[in-house]
Amino acid sequence: MSSIKPRGKVPKKASVDEIIEIKTLIRHPMHSGRMKDKNGKIIPKRIINKFVVKFNNKEVFNMDLEPSISTNPYIAFPFKAKESGTFDFEWIDDNGEKYSMKRKMSVS
Amino acid sequence: MKLYKMKKVSRRDAIFMIGAFSTSIMFPIGSSASTKMVSDRIKEITNGSGAKESDLFLDLPEIAENGNQVKVSFEIDSPMTDKDFVKEVYILADGNPAPNVAKFTFTPAMGSCSATTRIRLSKTQNVHLLAAYNNGNFAITKSKVKVTIGGCGG
Repeated sequence: MSSIKPRGKVPKKASVDEIIEIKTLIRHPMHSGRMKDKNGKIIPKRIINKFVVKFNNKEVFNMDLEPSISTNPYIAFPFKAKESGTFDFEWIDDNGEKYSMKRKMSVS
Repeated sequence: MKLYKMKKVSRRDAIFMIGAFSTSIMFPIGSSASTKMVSDRIKEITNGSGAKESDLFLDLPEIAENGNQVKVSFEIDSPMTDKDFVKEVYILADGNPAPNVAKFTFTPAMGSCSATTRIRLSKTQNVHLLAAYNNGNFAITKSKVKVTIGGCGG
């Protein structure tokens, strides 16, 4: 589905030992498996069930998502800047699809 | 006559469509996670040892007008060093169909233990925050949220 788009906000520059905040959002319906469509049929469960963040290929944060997470999941978390590098964000869908995003940060 | 008929149907349809098109998730009444399910889940996570009630910072609105988008953020005081850090944080809700809401896995690289997300709440209930430290200790806190419009239109 092309409508699923990850977005993220990472500061481009940070100073050493600064704790930055990373904000992410992905457009996703997060069907809980309890909602009905207009014909009264239950829409099958389909959610983002995992969110993983790597910095320079090392996992730094992950989150397990359940159907109780809202549509278009928004996730914000901290990170301590130590060196320049690249963040790899990955969202995993119930149907096995993966959505990814990269963001660079330079630390001085 | 035709117009009259259409009108008659459209009112029923309108109610139906509001329900169907709203982004709300339909939580059927009477299928919520009870307080017991949450306490069972806490026991499971803590291996039966239970968690200490403590003063973790859990930020939730007192009254949520829309149960579909309830902002939740938390902050746990921890040095986040390799020796002393928060490993996992769980969010549990005792009025939703399932007790689990989210599980966060932290690493010392994050420098601080906090996060923000948005959750669904089907009705007025307690939201629990359970923190698991790397030394095997657990801490817990809860916050009550009044939900005006829940999953199924209140």
